[in-house]
Amino acid sequence: MLEKLTASHPKAILGSVDRFGTLEIRIEKSKIADVVKTLRDDQELLFSILIDIVSVDYSTYAGWTGERFGVIYQLKSLALGHRVQLSVTAPEDEPIVPTISKLFGNADWLEREAFDQMGIRFAQHPNLKRLLNHHEFVGHPLRKDYPITRRQALSTNDSLMDEMEARLKEKGYV
Amino acid sequence: MGVETFPAITTRKEAVIAWGQKNSLWPMPFGTACCAIEFMAVAASVFDISRFGAELVRFSPRQSDLLLVAGTVTFKQAPILKQIYEQMCDPKWVISMGVCASSGGFYNNYCTVQGIDQIIPVDVYISGCPPRPEAILTAVMKLQHKIENPATTPPAQFMAKEPKFGY
Amino acid sequence: MINPKTLLPIESSSEGLNAVQPKEKKDLVMVNLGPSHPATHGTLRVLCALDGESIVSAVTEIGYLHRGFEKDCEVHTFQQCIPYTDRLNYVSAIMNNVGFCKTVEKMMNIQVPERAIYLRVITCELNRIIDHLVCAGANLVDIGALTNFWYSFNVREKVYNILEKLCGARLTSSYTRIGGLSRDVYPAFGEEVTAVLKEIRKGVLDVQKLISKNRIFLDRTKDVCVISKEKAIAYGWTGPTLRACGVEYDLRKAEPYYHYADFKFDVPVGSRGDVYDRIFVRFLEIEESIHIIEQALRKLPDGPVMTGDKRVALPPKQQTYGNIEGLMNHFKIIMHGICPEPGVIYDATEAANGELGFTIVADGSKNPYRIKCRPPCFMNFAVFHEMIEGAMIADAVANLGSINIIAGELDR
Ligand code: SF4
Repeated sequence: MLEKLTASHPKAILGSVDRFGTLEIRIEKSKIADVVKTLRDDQELLFSILIDIVSVDYSTYAGWTGERFGVIYQLKSLALGHRVQLSVTAPEDEPIVPTISKLFGNADWLEREAFDQMGIRFAQHPNLKRLLNHHEFVGHPLRKDYPITRRQALSTNDSLMDEMEARLKEKGYV
Repeated sequence: MGVETFPAITTRKEAVIAWGQKNSLWPMPFGTACCAIEFMAVAASVFDISRFGAELVRFSPRQSDLLLVAGTVTFKQAPILKQIYEQMCDPKWVISMGVCASSGGFYNNYCTVQGIDQIIPVDVYISGCPPRPEAILTAVMKLQHKIENPATTPPAQFMAKEPKFGY
Repeated sequence: MINPKTLLPIESSSEGLNAVQPKEKKDLVMVNLGPSHPATHGTLRVLCALDGESIVSAVTEIGYLHRGFEKDCEVHTFQQCIPYTDRLNYVSAIMNNVGFCKTVEKMMNIQVPERAIYLRVITCELNRIIDHLVCAGANLVDIGALTNFWYSFNVREKVYNILEKLCGARLTSSYTRIGGLSRDVYPAFGEEVTAVLKEIRKGVLDVQKLISKNRIFLDRTKDVCVISKEKAIAYGWTGPTLRACGVEYDLRKAEPYYHYADFKFDVPVGSRGDVYDRIFVRFLEIEESIHIIEQALRKLPDGPVMTGDKRVALPPKQQTYGNIEGLMNHFKIIMHGICPEPGVIYDATEAANGELGFTIVADGSKNPYRIKCRPPCFMNFAVFHEMIEGAMIADAVANLGSINIIAGELDR
């Protein structure tokens, strides 16, 4: 699998290890969407399910020298039964990663969650809104510098009409 | 047969009303989390909350007089809880079921309200995570006792305690 | 299910009653379903734009039960995280415990004793049965069949009696520990489980008798909110809901763990991916779980239920008080906690709802640096709004029950 990826995306692979029986590949951030597309569509790889997207803030990780944020993708192939783990990193001042929401349906929400919790922005995501926290929330709670007990009250709930308007427009209502 | 043999009891009007209220509590379960599953168990056959006259579960706040908050209340949920409480007609009582609703429980973090009494007045608290069904039945009995003796234990609704978060 | 729109001719003929109206937003009625609505478990919100009674477009919102599981775990030790995992899918708590502990064990390369493995299988399958019963029962209540609810809850109560004897709590059991189980089973455990399995069989049969030929039930569930195989996979569905679409994928078969390869059981699959299939796949899975438990009970070996690995297991009390190594060992585990090697791991188990996975990032300290749970129903709900578009409000309610959304694990 690794050879195949290196052949098709020579610049994308930054390194790889095989730990706990799963191949972990580090990918160049800007290439992630292409790599995921290859993994999904290639007839010998067929990673058909996006299992999870995990965002990590490495700012207090002992011995970490890389960029502050990390995003970990877990993919799984239903037909062939193998798994792979991809990871990218993003710098603190501009944590922007290309979206894969066009490739997998559930990536939409998973990326929204990563944005909400960690503040990682996904370029060209169709609707990068908060998912779990309320819309008046300020900051990103899973960042290591967010104190666990800083509570933020909500005054009124989101009307959701902005999403509804967009959806109705998609369906041709004027 | 005359008027003199007609069986009658004398009582106060308030006592009769309280007796009626206490035996026909209509709960509105505001169930959000794990505790709601335990509440279902209380409503089901083995524990059977109907023995206490409180089985008529209403999901409309306008038809119920007992708000049973079962589960964690987050800040996102808080305005809704407040709204539901305000929609209920007087007199109304609130039971806070489980540590999450009572104090935030072991979720001492950025998104959990540390006890619903920061939002609405509470009559009876139940400890436990989740409370045993028997504990919920005890709470209902405690509340019945409270309704019977409004002079010594007035409803929390009328006790002046400013909520921490106004909406 | 008849969609009123399909009755109208496609081409508008501008005369007559059947003329198709141009699509106008002002004709739509916005209806907000939830979050405080009995069918949405108090925590899900769906905003629907209605044309008559059919849903033209829907938007969902979650997060009403987001209670910071992941942040809380970061300030607790690995052992202390186990009670938090209970409250993810609170209907089948032990499965979450097992999922979490299995991940940490894999990370530290710990061998769990055989007896503990078999007991984990038995309790997990009991939990799977409860989960399916509650899901099917609640779903049927939402459709309006209340009686089934009592049937399924009566058996559930009996299973809870066993779990209660086993670990002291009915719902949130925290039964496992990293490296094994918190305690061994009580003497009559086997007989009681066998007895309860009989009752489960009977209860499930009763429910099936009530519904399987019930016209109302069939009309309300057959061909309602169908999802195709391809779409389900693209949205990352797993578990019974995916199997209802006809994909035979079960982690217990695909990546067998805990001797699941040695047990004989079938994986029921549906054919159409509608509400009916999703309910019946669950009923059939209950039967398979019963088979697994029976086999596991027969094979249950003797021995300890906790590993002797000094990194995770507390020494026996005599040693703690009797010699200095035991005391030091105890002290280290209590004070310094369990410290896996730095690294990232993902591991998954087949929970009642689908693939329940944990990603753990460890930095060598006693607290997990980052935990991310992969909740199976998160993926199911991500596509919910598309499934109900074109259906009616009542179908949306039936569908919501059938994909079994547990808010604790959806929002964490
Ligand atoms: S008190 Fe415990 S059981 Fe109840 S909602 Fe909170 S965490 Fe769940």
